[in-house]
Amino acid sequence: MTTNTSRRNFLKKGAILSGGLMISFVVPGVSRLKGAAVSADTDFVPNAYLRVGIDDSVHVVLAHSEMGQGIWTTLTMLIAEELDADWSKIQVEHSPAGDPYRHTAFGIQITGGSSTTWSEFDRYRKAGATARVLLVSAAAKKFGVSESECRTENGWVIAGTKRASYGELSAAASTLPPPKDVPLRGPKDWKYIGKGAKRLDAPAKVNGTAKFGMDMQFPGMLTAVMAHPPVYGSKVKSFDATKAKAIPGVRDVVQVSTGVAVIADHFWAAKKGRDALKIEWINSAIASFDSVAQLAEFRQLAGTRGLPAAQKGDVNSAMSKAVKTVEAEYSFPYLAHAPMEPINCTVKIENGQCEIWTGSQMQMTDQEAAAKVLGFKTEQVNMHTVFLGGGFGRRATPTSDFVVEAVEIAKNSGKFIKMVWTREDDIRGGYYRPSFVHRAKIGLDAAGMPIAWDHTIVGQSIMGGAGPFAAMIKNGIDPTSVEGVSDSPYMEDVPDHYVGLHTTTTGMPVLWFRSVGHTHTASVMETLVDELAHTAGKDPVEYRRTLLKKHPRHLAALNLVAEKANWGQSLPEGHFNGVAVHESFGSYVAQVAEVSIDANGLVKVHKVVCAIDCGLAVNPDGVRAQMESGINFGVAVALYGEITLEKGHVKQSNFHDYRVARMSETPVIEVHIVDSTDKMGGAGECGVPPTAPAIANAVFAATGKRLRQQPFGNINLKA
Amino acid sequence: MIKLKVNHKDYTVDASPDMPLLWVLRDILGLTGTKFGCGVAQCGACTVHLNGEAVRSCVTLVSRAEGQEIVTIEGLSPDLSHPLQRAWIAEDVPQCGYCQSGQIMSAAVLLRENPDPTDADIDDAMTGNICRCGTYPRIRKAIHLAAKLQHEAGVK
Repeated sequence: MTTNTSRRNFLKKGAILSGGLMISFVVPGVSRLKGAAVSADTDFVPNAYLRVGIDDSVHVVLAHSEMGQGIWTTLTMLIAEELDADWSKIQVEHSPAGDPYRHTAFGIQITGGSSTTWSEFDRYRKAGATARVLLVSAAAKKFGVSESECRTENGWVIAGTKRASYGELSAAASTLPPPKDVPLRGPKDWKYIGKGAKRLDAPAKVNGTAKFGMDMQFPGMLTAVMAHPPVYGSKVKSFDATKAKAIPGVRDVVQVSTGVAVIADHFWAAKKGRDALKIEWINSAIASFDSVAQLAEFRQLAGTRGLPAAQKGDVNSAMSKAVKTVEAEYSFPYLAHAPMEPINCTVKIENGQCEIWTGSQMQMTDQEAAAKVLGFKTEQVNMHTVFLGGGFGRRATPTSDFVVEAVEIAKNSGKFIKMVWTREDDIRGGYYRPSFVHRAKIGLDAAGMPIAWDHTIVGQSIMGGAGPFAAMIKNGIDPTSVEGVSDSPYMEDVPDHYVGLHTTTTGMPVLWFRSVGHTHTASVMETLVDELAHTAGKDPVEYRRTLLKKHPRHLAALNLVAEKANWGQSLPEGHFNGVAVHESFGSYVAQVAEVSIDANGLVKVHKVVCAIDCGLAVNPDGVRAQMESGINFGVAVALYGEITLEKGHVKQSNFHDYRVARMSETPVIEVHIVDSTDKMGGAGECGVPPTAPAIANAVFAATGKRLRQQPFGNINLKA
Repeated sequence: MIKLKVNHKDYTVDASPDMPLLWVLRDILGLTGTKFGCGVAQCGACTVHLNGEAVRSCVTLVSRAEGQEIVTIEGLSPDLSHPLQRAWIAEDVPQCGYCQSGQIMSAAVLLRENPDPTDADIDDAMTGNICRCGTYPRIRKAIHLAAKLQHEAGVK
């Protein structure tokens, strides 16, 4: 079992960074905490995570952002479980930025790292339980009975024939001191946990009423569209806005650090104005950057020994004793997150207050960045989180790039603006999954088992540009560059191994992208192990079983997927299977991909069977949905995704040349959840890593070709 | 001034004829259920019905839509009763949800033209609508369910 993944290690560090774990029940701005008198019409606000209205409504306040992963429903289930709330009276809202909403493990307010459910499992249940205890206490006083004579059911406290709704009790409950600690229910009493609930955000997302950042509209608000430089990071030398200002609806043109903004009555006028600008740029260093040259540089570096990320024994000496060796080099391009909702941010600055509406995965970071631009104190900036039209990491930007840009536009123009990026701004806007090269040489003994593993990884550091997260870098090793290799269960058990890292510094800004380092490391490890199995003349599942015998959770996922996919049994004519198993974010996922090669020699993915051990699955259908989502994301990573630069210009621009998976390309997906009581992991990201290697291994079974460069969806495999 | 009929209501808007219908709907009429995703008819998030046909409103000039029947997601049903909305909720289709207005508007035309679509029919009709969350397997299931619901409603 992998217990020391980098992310887990970070939990401690995150706490240190922020000055201690934050499990706060203090509610900012709640009157009763300031000693104000409680009136009969007071909502009951037992803590920062929920309030009970006098109308019996229960408002759940989310410390995390809903970006598709389903926490709108899952965190609510945790509160409802302990509160015995009436599910139909629950309303959900995003929290503001603030201390009570800091991540229980990471120390900052963040939605990321596939961590919401496990990190809030206790805090949100306790929030519900605390409220219930106080409501029962208020009811007992009202009924003139003891608390033990009261029970709760569906939004009511009941004692014999007496009953009171939570709303009726809210004012009285508000006057009571909260209990120091509250007992939580055990699994046998759970009504929601492990069973699930329908998505609470579904109705609003099928009739057009769900509000995303893009949908913010207010009286007096204008729309801003940016002219970004053709070479990222370049600065404005001069600009001529004459033609832009002549376009009907254009109200202003202002320069900001990152380019020139055209402000207009609506998007269309702003975009026309943007297109009419004449700008001279002072090129940034990226003007000399070229993806082809970067790959050549990476390959050269991969031939030299990097800084040690993991080492044991003497790899050179062990390698000399190998009966057979396998050598391979892999390359991975930059990838853009490309969430469906283009980046946007609405900013109003008035009377020393700044209001910001955006879909953020890091509200307090964005709040601080906005305050810095304005010379404000952080409390002068209010963050309003709205639904995120996809995040995948792009809306957790430690530099707050797009929030800073929007605040600068509002500041420099003095106007209330919604900044809207075009899709081209998004695809060309940097913060990519870094490109990487891996080179590995593995020595096998006479039985075909690995005895020496020499592995070199080359790429840019994500954490180096990630503000406080840079503290994760130790001895020159960014754990997210090597996670999935340096801590691989295979590596751990190879007696002599060396994992080296070269961290490069030139290129576009990079950022965590759904499943972070595992996007490339799982592909490398799982195709390499497949290659070792074939070299050893063993079945790929059997071979993995041997290597993973000390790793029960990997094995559980692998065995379940092999059983469900009928591994080793006959397939339709021309169809072939490939397998992969990988742990990330504390969850263990195995997948079997079924592929064929079409008449043009292109790979077609027909089916992916998936098994996951994430420990307790709080919302099982939510876990299944995340696996389906991760697999389709993984299909895009494997087959289509690629950002390339020539002389500093990003060649791709929109979905026609930066392809993602479409309906006709989605495989049939089956998800099976391992019945597990082990430590909880995440679900948002761990579905992605095994997909590309499972497909690549199936392609090998079909063609005998090893695909070591992503993407490989356009390669003619019959050539 | 351009006259528009959106969701059975008449509007007169002050917009230049080359303005895409998407931005008239969103930024002038305030109908934000129709989404901007790519601006070049590549993702389908902006799909609306123009005289009953699914069109990408991001590349449909408002002048082309003048005086014709436009239906957006807000006009699909007043109460979530459309078979596709019921099916989408039943199958827990949406994740981030941003593309789903467009998905549903494309699927509505498919179901009207082809009450019993096969998987291949769904591929053909829906491949212009991108979902970055990859909800495709559930969209497929929901379209099949909506076909069933539509038949049941027809029987009544």
